[in-house]
Amino acid sequence: MRSDRNTSAPLGLKIAAGLGLAFLHLPILLIFLYAFTTEEKSYQFPPPGYTLKWFAVTWNRPDVWEAMGLSVRVASISTAVALVLGTLCAAAVSRTKFFGRETISLLVILPIALPGIITGIALRSAFSFAEIPFSFWTIVLGHATFCVVVVYNNAVARFRRVSGSLIEASMDLGADSFQTFRYVILPNIGTALLAGGMLAFALSFDEVIVTTFTAGQQSTLPIWMLEELVRPRQRPVTNVVAMVVVLVTFLPILGAYYLTRDGDQVAGAGK
Amino acid sequence: MSIVADTSILARREGTSGRLSDFFWRNPKILLLLMLTPPLLWLGVIYLGSLFALLLQSFFSIDDFSGLINYEFTLATYRQLLIPSNFDIILRTVLMAALVTLASAAIAFPIAYYAARYAKGKWKVVFYLGVMLPLWSSYLVKVYAWKLILAKEGIVTWAFAKLHLSWLLDAWLSLPVVGGSSLSISYTGTFIVFIYVWMPFMILPIQAALERVPGNLIEASADLGGHPAQTFRHVLFPLALPGIIAGSIFTFSLTLGDYIIPQIIGSSRLFIGQAVYAQQGTAGNIPLAAAFSVVPIVIMGLYLWMAKRQGAFDAL
Repeated sequence: MRSDRNTSAPLGLKIAAGLGLAFLHLPILLIFLYAFTTEEKSYQFPPPGYTLKWFAVTWNRPDVWEAMGLSVRVASISTAVALVLGTLCAAAVSRTKFFGRETISLLVILPIALPGIITGIALRSAFSFAEIPFSFWTIVLGHATFCVVVVYNNAVARFRRVSGSLIEASMDLGADSFQTFRYVILPNIGTALLAGGMLAFALSFDEVIVTTFTAGQQSTLPIWMLEELVRPRQRPVTNVVAMVVVLVTFLPILGAYYLTRDGDQVAGAGK
Repeated sequence: MSIVADTSILARREGTSGRLSDFFWRNPKILLLLMLTPPLLWLGVIYLGSLFALLLQSFFSIDDFSGLINYEFTLATYRQLLIPSNFDIILRTVLMAALVTLASAAIAFPIAYYAARYAKGKWKVVFYLGVMLPLWSSYLVKVYAWKLILAKEGIVTWAFAKLHLSWLLDAWLSLPVVGGSSLSISYTGTFIVFIYVWMPFMILPIQAALERVPGNLIEASADLGGHPAQTFRHVLFPLALPGIIAGSIFTFSLTLGDYIIPQIIGSSRLFIGQAVYAQQGTAGNIPLAAAFSVVPIVIMGLYLWMAKRQGAFDAL
């Protein structure tokens, strides 16, 4: 029994929570404002005037497109690898109990629990040790390693809710393991995988710390931005790219939310 | 002894896939092994292998004259960490990570508490997305936004001027350690940006812990004469603590290893991440870089061990 919870929050709490949320969002909104500024040389506030010309300038910059293309390709392949590895791992861990199960969960979480610079420098020293030259694939190798955990977390949470008796029922009715997987398991975990994949894509698209160690001469979009941050060449272009990056990463996050919000209504979850 | 009727045993399945399916049903261990091999190969060989290679490097040393790596077991590189200039870097980073964690907890708690106890329906969604969007949005864009905000000609200076409080900002910036010629090249700036970027990771674990606290527990405390502050101190806070610790794992670890924020917004004094980056890059001293990166591993190892004892992992 819960007591009646229709009491409203104390004013102090309301203000503190509201200020906290404002603190999280105002800086991002400011990025949108600066994309339209006419000021080129400094970060003057308030902007002296507003213009759309930087969108055209950015559109015609081949280096931005090249970096964007590389980021999209890296994120797609890393997500695909992470989906396969993360789902396999989640299925194994949630379906069965075996020796070393806890260790495997820890192993999956480790690449994001340890600071990114450690993953980065570890991979870099391993590449130089094994004399592997930096390439597209060394970037993917790094990204897939920490994307696994996102898929794994989503998949494990869903597997926990999918009732085991559904699978037994399917088998009792004569379906073999592959049919059970295709017609019973996959439809139940599909949206969780899609959500995990989208988050993995967003994570990889934005990753910079590990990438600086594994990229060599190529630049992904975050690396391009980092160079602009350290040595600004054309600030207005950076402003526009920053705004585009915010919009591009918002979509998968919203998508992942809408795919998993009904997760507790999975068939067989009601006990 | 019971006799099993012939019909109750199904015939073998035909075809490769049928036989394979039967085989996996009878030998679940082999199926498990097949499922675990690819992820374990990837994480175990590529990731742990690299980590191990890194650890190994930290026991080598660099020859001061030739600049080449001397492949002999030695603890000399670790001894270098204790040189005052290097040890200062470690202390500075740990102190910053601790302060960022405390401040994040203080800011995150009201948001998490409101979301867990008072937000309903539409507002619950607003709070959830309100935390998730900044959490997942681009790291570099967030840092860039603060470069705009904290710049000398930026919005903070403007706001202080409009409020006729410029003297306050100037007074703060003239303080010895936390000040600097502008907010974007001071420790204060680094601190604010660290909080901004890592604080969202604190909210969800606290919210998860608070959602498990029944509302009538709070009311019982009030009925028994507990002042709100006492209720917080003796009921709410102890129950939220595992969530706070779980969240602090993220804020602490992420601050400990970051090298981009202090490079872009901060004074020229180094943090561990920057030291690792400088040693492996321009200085070419991989053993010292490796030894430096062992420091956060050890600190996080201790931290996780303590967190596990506090039951923080149940709140994740």
